[in-house]
Amino acid sequence: MGNFKISGLILRSLFRRPATSGYPAVPKEWGERTRGRIEIDAPECILCGTCARKCPTEALVVSKAEATWEIDRMRCVQCGHCVEICPKKCLRMAKEYTAPGYEGRTDLIEIPVAKKKTSDDGI
Amino acid sequence: MRGVNDLGKRTVIPFGPQHPILPEPVHLDLVIEDEKVIEAIPSIGFIHRGLEKLAEVREYPEMVYVIERICGICSFGHGLGYVTAVEGLMGVEVPERADYLRTMWHEMSRIHSHMLWLGLTADSFGFESLFMHTWKVRERIMNMFDLTTGGRVIHSVCKVGGVRKDVGGEMLERIASEVRDIRKETKELTKVFLNDTSVKNRLCGVGILSEDDARDLCAVGPVARASGINQDLRLNGMCKYGELGFEPVTGKSGDCYARCKVRILELGQSLDMVEKITSVLPDGPVEVPVKGPLPTGEFMMRLEQPRGEAFYYVKGNGTKHLERMRVRTPTNMNLPSMVRMLQGCDLADVPVIILTIDPCISCTER
Amino acid sequence: MRCNYRVQNFEEIETGDLIGRVREFKTEGYRMCQICASNVEGGTEVLYSFDKDLELFNIRVTVRPGEKLESITGAYWPAFIYENETHDLFGIEFTDSRLDYGGKFFRLSKPTPWLSKDEGGE
Repeated sequence: MGNFKISGLILRSLFRRPATSGYPAVPKEWGERTRGRIEIDAPECILCGTCARKCPTEALVVSKAEATWEIDRMRCVQCGHCVEICPKKCLRMAKEYTAPGYEGRTDLIEIPVAKKKTSDDGI
Repeated sequence: MRGVNDLGKRTVIPFGPQHPILPEPVHLDLVIEDEKVIEAIPSIGFIHRGLEKLAEVREYPEMVYVIERICGICSFGHGLGYVTAVEGLMGVEVPERADYLRTMWHEMSRIHSHMLWLGLTADSFGFESLFMHTWKVRERIMNMFDLTTGGRVIHSVCKVGGVRKDVGGEMLERIASEVRDIRKETKELTKVFLNDTSVKNRLCGVGILSEDDARDLCAVGPVARASGINQDLRLNGMCKYGELGFEPVTGKSGDCYARCKVRILELGQSLDMVEKITSVLPDGPVEVPVKGPLPTGEFMMRLEQPRGEAFYYVKGNGTKHLERMRVRTPTNMNLPSMVRMLQGCDLADVPVIILTIDPCISCTER
Repeated sequence: MRCNYRVQNFEEIETGDLIGRVREFKTEGYRMCQICASNVEGGTEVLYSFDKDLELFNIRVTVRPGEKLESITGAYWPAFIYENETHDLFGIEFTDSRLDYGGKFFRLSKPTPWLSKDEGGE
């Protein structure tokens, strides 16, 4: 029993640097494995749509006809399942989070299909 | 029997779902007589999400990411419970190293959950500096999660057949050294929780749940253990608790102080277990490919989460989707005990008592 | 290790025998763990789980449409949470409940959302 058991701790923290950092003036250090956001290596993508089918939150839309890969940043929960199952390994997890904003953000990425066209021409 | 004239003294005070001390949407109708609570009727159901139903449209390997998001605090436990249930259904044996890593993460999540609880309890009886200091220490374990799994809160490391990420030697050393620091810092904090007069005044003898009541009301987890029931699901053969020589902690008095003490002792135990795992982790693969027929049959599985016993029931029908998936969370089972504890307490102690069962209504309503 | 979580005990009983079996569990000192309902062919299946010394025991009853179940809240009061939940989501009626929320346990946009379509759900 006793009073003021915490006073030692409080006195010490009074003369210490703050435990928090001065974000955003001091930039955040991202961890080596931090799951921030999904990035795509567009030329590698074959528009198979596996990522869109397996996404638990339906954040991805892949259109074969329009050759686009679309991600709803606000729906994506960064589980990294698409990165794991992508047959061409063209998706990757970037460390930085999507910047905060006032509105929802959807990124539309056009997939170059030049490679495929040449093979069609060949036939 | 009470006469008609006595009725005037009774007041019904609505408590929650929005309350400064309680970040959880639970509503209580408190029947008050002269500052004493006579009866409490809980009502939940403000945020029922029906995640169990989602198992019928998501394939079983992806469902784990949904299950993990039932709750932010016991996220790892939910993921672990679900994958173990599906592994039981399909007869998958996970490699030794994966099992040890799961045990380590599960214990780390217990540390962070108990620290969160200690902080919130300090906050509930108005000890703000203790709250801040507890959460400062908790931040260290969150950083360890970020380092090893890539997520501070939602870890997404469990998968059917093992774990998704391996933890190398350098990381293990960092965890071990961090655990030693945390132990030093928590020692100082627990001294305040267990010995300070102002804290004891708010916790000792408040919200008593006797052993018989705890049995009758089917209490689980630290609430049951604080009332003297030796019941810990970590002894049911899952993960590596047997190899780590784990024995449950129990209290005696069943009041808020006993619940606080049980959690503090468990915290130390978990720190010891994490440190031990960093030195005994065997080499080998961390996952096995899941082959064979799609899940059929049914499997009932439970595990000890930081808040108590959690249930996972899975029923397969030979497709990639589960036919029924059921999660029963510890708070579900502790709500009746909370109602009993509230009977006869002072109105001012209501927030403290509610917090000592460590309620998670978001878990409860899945 | 004191027991193995992979051992599964399921026992099927008739709806009429339920309350007697539950009272047996109560006298033997079992702890009620949970009640879980799921849709099966020709009705709804309700699973009751009981635990003693970390050994789990499940009993299963199948409720046909229109049939009522006797509430076990007389033996195990905490069962009110699951019975009200099952009532709200699957539409199973429980008789003689000690704490009945009258279908207001969950705030739902439509009644019995989890009952399968064959059994009269939406």
